[in-house]
Amino acid sequence: MSIFWSLWIIGLTSTNLALLLWVLLANRKVAVRDDQDPDNNTTGHVYDGIEEYDNPLPRWWFNLFIGTFIFAGIYLMLYPGMGAFPGLLGWTSEGELRQHQAQAEERYSDRFGVYANTPIEELAQDPQAMRMGLRLFANNCAACHGSDGGGAYGFPNLTDNDWLWGGSPEQIKKTITDGRTGVMPAWGSALGESGVADVAEHVLRLSGRDHDAAAAERGAGFFAQYCATCHGPQGKGNPMLGAPDLTNDIWLYGGEPRDIRQTVREGRTGVMPAQRDLLREDRIHLLAAYVYSLSLDGE
Amino acid sequence: MSSSLAARGDHPVYDYKVVRQFSVMTVVWGIVGMAVGVLIAAQLVWPGLNEIWAPYTGFGRLRPLHTNAVIFAFGGCALFATSYYVVQRTSQAPLFGGWLVPFTFWGWQAVIVLAAITLPLGMTTTKEYAELEWPISMLLTVVWVAYGIVFFGTIAKRTVSHIYVANWFYGAFILTIGVLHVVNNVYIPVNLWKSYSVYSGTTDAMIQWWYGHNAVGFFLTAGFLGIMYYFVPKQANRPVYSYQLSIVHFWALISVYVWAGAHHLHYSALPDWAQSLGMVMSLILLAPSWGGMINGVMTLSGAWHKLRTDPTLRFLVVSLSFYGLSTFEGPMMSIKTVNALSHNTDWTIGHVHAGALGWVAMITIGAMYHLLPILFGRKQMYSVKWINIHFWLSTVGIVLYIVAMWVNGIMQGLMWRAFNEDGTLTYSFVESVQASYPGYIVRFLGGAIFLLGMLLMAWNLWRTATVPESEPADEVPVEAKA
Repeated sequence: MSIFWSLWIIGLTSTNLALLLWVLLANRKVAVRDDQDPDNNTTGHVYDGIEEYDNPLPRWWFNLFIGTFIFAGIYLMLYPGMGAFPGLLGWTSEGELRQHQAQAEERYSDRFGVYANTPIEELAQDPQAMRMGLRLFANNCAACHGSDGGGAYGFPNLTDNDWLWGGSPEQIKKTITDGRTGVMPAWGSALGESGVADVAEHVLRLSGRDHDAAAAERGAGFFAQYCATCHGPQGKGNPMLGAPDLTNDIWLYGGEPRDIRQTVREGRTGVMPAQRDLLREDRIHLLAAYVYSLSLDGE
Repeated sequence: MSSSLAARGDHPVYDYKVVRQFSVMTVVWGIVGMAVGVLIAAQLVWPGLNEIWAPYTGFGRLRPLHTNAVIFAFGGCALFATSYYVVQRTSQAPLFGGWLVPFTFWGWQAVIVLAAITLPLGMTTTKEYAELEWPISMLLTVVWVAYGIVFFGTIAKRTVSHIYVANWFYGAFILTIGVLHVVNNVYIPVNLWKSYSVYSGTTDAMIQWWYGHNAVGFFLTAGFLGIMYYFVPKQANRPVYSYQLSIVHFWALISVYVWAGAHHLHYSALPDWAQSLGMVMSLILLAPSWGGMINGVMTLSGAWHKLRTDPTLRFLVVSLSFYGLSTFEGPMMSIKTVNALSHNTDWTIGHVHAGALGWVAMITIGAMYHLLPILFGRKQMYSVKWINIHFWLSTVGIVLYIVAMWVNGIMQGLMWRAFNEDGTLTYSFVESVQASYPGYIVRFLGGAIFLLGMLLMAWNLWRTATVPESEPADEVPVEAKA
């Protein structure tokens, strides 16, 4: 903050408060005229029949007002407020945050650290560790994947055994640590609307659903040309690319013919954010074990 | 009695037509705005209601419709009606401005109707309480300038020497809202129904809450204190308690309120110094806010017995209790350590409605029950008994509403900050939503009961306007050929 703006803030604040204090003190009538008949104790103004008493400021109200001024003065001495003046305590909101983070790190890191060297397969069988994993999951993952890990539209179900990026402990851990971005390109302009419809029929056939056999046959050619690179010639998917298996009737963006056509036509982008800096190694290890355990239950 | 008070029949011919128009629309928009409020409260209980006419009826589109309708349509019409009435009678002068007077009425209704169309269509600047897109916001500015000309022109024409305290508050409200609205609505339009704020990032947020908090401070507080300063002494037929208190709390209120908006941005990217100043000024605001409550409630000293027989006065006085409650709660919630618990919880919504239903709506209803018979040339409302029933419906509705939100808010705040031994959060967000469910039902019921009272008021208004009285009324309004 420049010296000008600092003085501007200090000046404006002090002037406003000083003027206010003056208005308060100048209008304070100390002597209560209780000898007077209250009905005659008026200012003499009358507006549409309304008169005004000339009563003094209530004492308790005056004291309350002065009290808030005193509080304000002390607070602005101790804490930031008066422009660039940092306050006598040297308090900053960022400093307070850092202090809380350091305290939390000191208090909690050991609780996660003890599991750092236990293999994920083994941790997944440890009830105490899994209770902690559940809480980490509820805090950090449930907003998208659901509190039971069952997923939602656009967010994968973590309790089945269908994995976009692989379901081994290492692969799960990598997904959490570095995040993933799954991209399905839009093929609408390349295929045309009838091409999109044909490919969709072929995709329906891959998962054994009702389909138009002739259209699916036409779509198979497109599929081999455009889709097989990622999804594989049999449509089995490719965990290296995050390309879904199209044969198991599990759908991230809906499995209705209309949904499939939309996916082909407009493409999809799915993002799993990286947790490396947010949760760090030990918590991610435990979380990976928890996610791994979800699919064990699913079997 | 002083000589400046004109004897009956002696005063100038007042323009009551515009007052009557705004008063009737106050009741109409009150019902519309609160009905939308009850609907969105129901959507939080039964989420399926979001889909009744998707996408126009989603919570995200109806919520700004609710806030705009109750603040600017219901509250705004009440302020226009009462300020036009009070400024004429306390200045002993008819309204200034000629055709500008009906223009403010039709212009204001046009803004409201345009808001009711564009907001469900999803046209919004996304700034809270300033959602209206730039063409509507420009129309609003023109209407507001016309309002200022009419109001201050009437003050200038006054035939009494002093300006009554109610007019100080109305005047401060009109001036400040004009400035706030213009500064916060500087946009770069990209087409007719989309524009972007010229401010960005934290600056945009600070300007928005400088506006937003003072929409509360000047629209919903200063303006309604103007109502209080006329209708409470008038209905109680007692002098205002303390002229000195009026002076001190007026200047304190209007000079400190504009500083307080930063408390909406505690624990945000707003610099520490601005957050501190926002908090300190919010605390200083306690005494000036209470000054208005004291002056209103103490005006009743010597006339407390009237509360037993006069439900209109009861509305006015209970509104002051809710005003005192919410202006105590506000400074407390602005303290950073309290805000750490309350921020983003239902407590904030409870706080707002303690003010909006308890203070703004109740004082408006009280003032309208005073005003409507006069405007329709009747001695009193068609049914005083219904006013009493309305009073109890309102009170029960508010209490259910704010208690549900207090319970929900504090529970949510505590659940969000509960930690396990390993440092993880004890509850996921959705668990706090699930736990809030009973509170949402109670809130819906409270809002529905309050709305029921408004419907009763509309019926009472209809009967007052249409059923002839056997005896002539006290004071027959004469229409000005303005």
